[in-house]
Amino acid sequence: MELFTNQILAGIATGAIYACMALAVVMIYQAIDHLNFAQGEMAMFSTFVSWQLMQWGAPYWGAFVITLVFSFFGGIAIERLLFKPLAKAPILTNVAGFIALFAIINSVAGLIWDFTIKQYPTPFGSSPFLGSQLISTHQAGMIGVTVLLLVGLYFFFQFTRIGLAMRAAASVPESARLVGINTSWMIALGWGMAAAIGSIAGMLIAPVVFLEPNMMGGVLIYGFAAAVLGGLTSPLGAVIGGFLVGIFENLAGTYIPGVGNELKLPIALALIITVLVVKPAGLFGRPIVKRV
Amino acid sequence: MSAAIEDVVTESPGVIEAVPKRAMTLGTGTSLVMLGLLLLTPLFVKNFIIFQMTMLLIYGVAVLALNILTGGSGQFSLGQSAFYAVGAYTSAILMEHAGMNYALTLPIAGIICFAFGFLFGQPALRLSGVYLALATFALATAMPQLLKLGYFEQWTGGVQGLVVTKPDPPEAVQSMLSWLHLKMSQDMWLYYFTLVITIAIYIFSVNLLRSRSGRAFMAIRDNEIAASAMGVDVALYKTLAFGVSAGITGVAGGLGAITVQFVAPDSYTITLAISLFLGMVVGGVGWLPGSIVGSAFIIFVPNIAEGISKGLSGAVFGVLLFLVIFLVPHGARQVAIVGQQLIGRFRKN
Amino acid sequence: MRSEELRVAALAAAVIVFTSGTALAQKKYDAGATDTEIKIGNIMPYSGPASAYGVIGKTEQAYFNKVNAEGGINGRKINFVSYDDGYSPPKAVEQARKLVESDEVLLVFNPLGTPSNSAIQKYLNAKKVPQLFVATGATKWNDPKNFPWTMGWQPSYQSEAHIYAKYLLKEKPDGKIAILFQNDDFGKDYLKGLKDALGAKASMIAAEESYEATEPSVDNHIVRLKASGADVFISITTPKFAAQAIKKLAEIDWKPLHIVSNVSISVGGVIKPAGFENAQGMLSAAYAKDGADPQWDNDPGMKKFYAFLAKYYPDANKLDASVVYGYGAAQTMVKVLEMCGDNLTRDNVMKQAASLKDFAPDTLLPGIKINTSATDFAPIKQLQMMRFKGEKWDLFGDIISGELSE
Repeated sequence: MELFTNQILAGIATGAIYACMALAVVMIYQAIDHLNFAQGEMAMFSTFVSWQLMQWGAPYWGAFVITLVFSFFGGIAIERLLFKPLAKAPILTNVAGFIALFAIINSVAGLIWDFTIKQYPTPFGSSPFLGSQLISTHQAGMIGVTVLLLVGLYFFFQFTRIGLAMRAAASVPESARLVGINTSWMIALGWGMAAAIGSIAGMLIAPVVFLEPNMMGGVLIYGFAAAVLGGLTSPLGAVIGGFLVGIFENLAGTYIPGVGNELKLPIALALIITVLVVKPAGLFGRPIVKRV
Repeated sequence: MSAAIEDVVTESPGVIEAVPKRAMTLGTGTSLVMLGLLLLTPLFVKNFIIFQMTMLLIYGVAVLALNILTGGSGQFSLGQSAFYAVGAYTSAILMEHAGMNYALTLPIAGIICFAFGFLFGQPALRLSGVYLALATFALATAMPQLLKLGYFEQWTGGVQGLVVTKPDPPEAVQSMLSWLHLKMSQDMWLYYFTLVITIAIYIFSVNLLRSRSGRAFMAIRDNEIAASAMGVDVALYKTLAFGVSAGITGVAGGLGAITVQFVAPDSYTITLAISLFLGMVVGGVGWLPGSIVGSAFIIFVPNIAEGISKGLSGAVFGVLLFLVIFLVPHGARQVAIVGQQLIGRFRKN
Repeated sequence: MRSEELRVAALAAAVIVFTSGTALAQKKYDAGATDTEIKIGNIMPYSGPASAYGVIGKTEQAYFNKVNAEGGINGRKINFVSYDDGYSPPKAVEQARKLVESDEVLLVFNPLGTPSNSAIQKYLNAKKVPQLFVATGATKWNDPKNFPWTMGWQPSYQSEAHIYAKYLLKEKPDGKIAILFQNDDFGKDYLKGLKDALGAKASMIAAEESYEATEPSVDNHIVRLKASGADVFISITTPKFAAQAIKKLAEIDWKPLHIVSNVSISVGGVIKPAGFENAQGMLSAAYAKDGADPQWDNDPGMKKFYAFLAKYYPDANKLDASVVYGYGAAQTMVKVLEMCGDNLTRDNVMKQAASLKDFAPDTLLPGIKINTSATDFAPIKQLQMMRFKGEKWDLFGDIISGELSE
């Protein structure tokens, strides 16, 4: 029983990483109605920027805020320069664009900061949290920040004019334009916000996995999986999805004899697909009704 | 959140553009010129180039398979590397452990992959768009781990992979050529062998898309609900498309294993699936002849990128890819259409 | 085949002409070597998941630049042709064929990665092109009987694992061992080495966990391994995961005897980021010096290494163990080419590579020497154990060889 509780706790600790990333995934999905494969790399790049600022002597929170602002405008700039010209191109062409962006950011970061791992500081400390050795104060802090972000996003999308406009622009662009929403800038804004949230995720994940150009490769697939499991339209779903994936994976690794440990990712993904087959819009997503 | 409100969305028809059937192929003249080039070039180039051309054809076939799935039936897949891997391992295992002739392993690889794809298509039926992308992506990430699994190690060679013997040209061919005092190298034989299979698959695919099934695929692609209203068995044709695509990819995988002479889990990672996807986009979604252009892109552009800068080869590749999609967002198909129009105008004048 | 015969005939004719004329006949060349140039091929993952190792290729390029600037090898400049395979075996085959058939290199030097090298081994041996000093620690490269054209360089993973097993059998015969290993050729080879050397005592292994190199973190594996109640932890991990493990061990307050594989002993690249205080008492084995360790600051060999970095590769991060690695490998290559003299045939390259006697590149630990013979294609076989103390590794014990036969 103790092992079981421990594994659940450990799963929640890793789940926090996935939840954070999943929020960023939901954000971009709300803005562009698609997944951005370069999102993890953008987050990694932002994290490197904040690391560099700290190397130059900036305090943690100073670097944090500057990085947020940098990522926000960086995200907007990427959209304006690279993806606005592709707005009329087929979606698959856009996906190819994401892959190109992925390659560029990864390679540039490798050239600037090379591939050795870097230690990244945490503002929460890493002593055991509430006496449990399985969750550190950093991981607890990470869960806290994720929840704060979640609440913030909820209010943004439900109650602010701009949040509502953004949702409208993503799901029914024509009608949104008719009511006077500048859909093109809404997309840019969505990119900016997704980049900023991604940078928070990156800065929270880096102390756990160490900072290096390939650090988000593994995280992103879990982030996607978590967001899809929870429902791509629901920030709450994404966060819950993140924790569920973390727990799933950990329990599979512990309790399925033989192949459990070696195949925990495939098993977790298979479970998610099973859920999707039953609930195609994810656990918390709004079902989408198609019409001719 | 607001789970009670249901979003009503018109399924955007722009996901994959409708490509008229005729526009999916090349004219007879162009086809003959292409064929001539493919037949004659190997006689004048080094073995290394012949090897590259063989790989070009193999990846071309794999991209074509994805094109049937996406361009034909409108289903998106980031998991083609998994089918390619199964095909490659099937051929490799049959050749090395069962001592089977390489040519015979290919249809088996194709059939096994067809079954695998058809089965995978069942759950995939309920998924579309992003969800299908994730499911196929999951398949691609899981495949190398499955291949490494200890239980299969005695056949797959585990993490070390399997070395495959390269076939010699058959005696008959050799003795025929010896009349002319010529000798055919293994590479050249393999190239022509691959070429024959490629042409056969190409002709099969073109006819498939022109057939009743092909029309059903395209009806589903353009509007699933309308297609089912017209009596198309959506579930059957969608899974069929998956099966056919996987089967063709499996044959390509088998050919790849024979040509590279080696299979290992690291050969078939998600990077391969992404490359094949890029090949399809660059070649033009739904335009079958574009597959070879896309295949050339994924083989040669990384080489060009690394020639420009070693440290930044990834970035250079990304920039080149952006250039291509900015200039021709619809891929090589767009170039072909423009070319055709120019020729048309030229003829009128 | 006909063209081959023709070439031989032409060569024979040329040789006759030369012998009748001057003493130049001593010079013998295969493709890739001339009076002014030696062309060397190489394959590295400059892009893709293993791009961290691309630094090795860049260091080697810089080292050959230095050799060329200093006059080359017996008057010949090295032309280093290095291609990217993105750690993909099919691409490695394409690049190897390009090097041999299009660039016509004399030999392929230090191609990286077990999968890539496995993919090109058969081809290069069939073509009789040396595949020298491959950059992987798999045991299979020492097989001169079946693959007379392939040779390793670094100590094999298995022989390193033997050293740890021997140490444990002697110092902690009642220990319970927990193993974390990467699920690939590196981890599996290592695990096999451990089990082989433990022999009848393999039951000491209480738990083993594998992880995929694509996983974000190995924290949960550590939690599970702790639950096994083991008091020895062997970490067969690459740098990022080794650092995560060191940190996690401290976080969950598990204090086993910690052994980390040689791949991840970099002070600057692994232990400093993980925290010096978390790594005290950790054990490992080494064959090369650490570029970031101050104990080598006055070492004559490392002084040469630092001077080289300052002049020819100023961007290099000397914390990166790959830089030290590339330097040592390139130096061995140059040594072999020097030994070849004017006989730059592929045959002779292999012959010279297999007759290295007590050669010690600048970056190897004092006392560790490279020896090869016609039946021994494993250049570096020795390691020395070390314990982490303060901010550096303390070497202890003798220099030992990991061969199981001893």
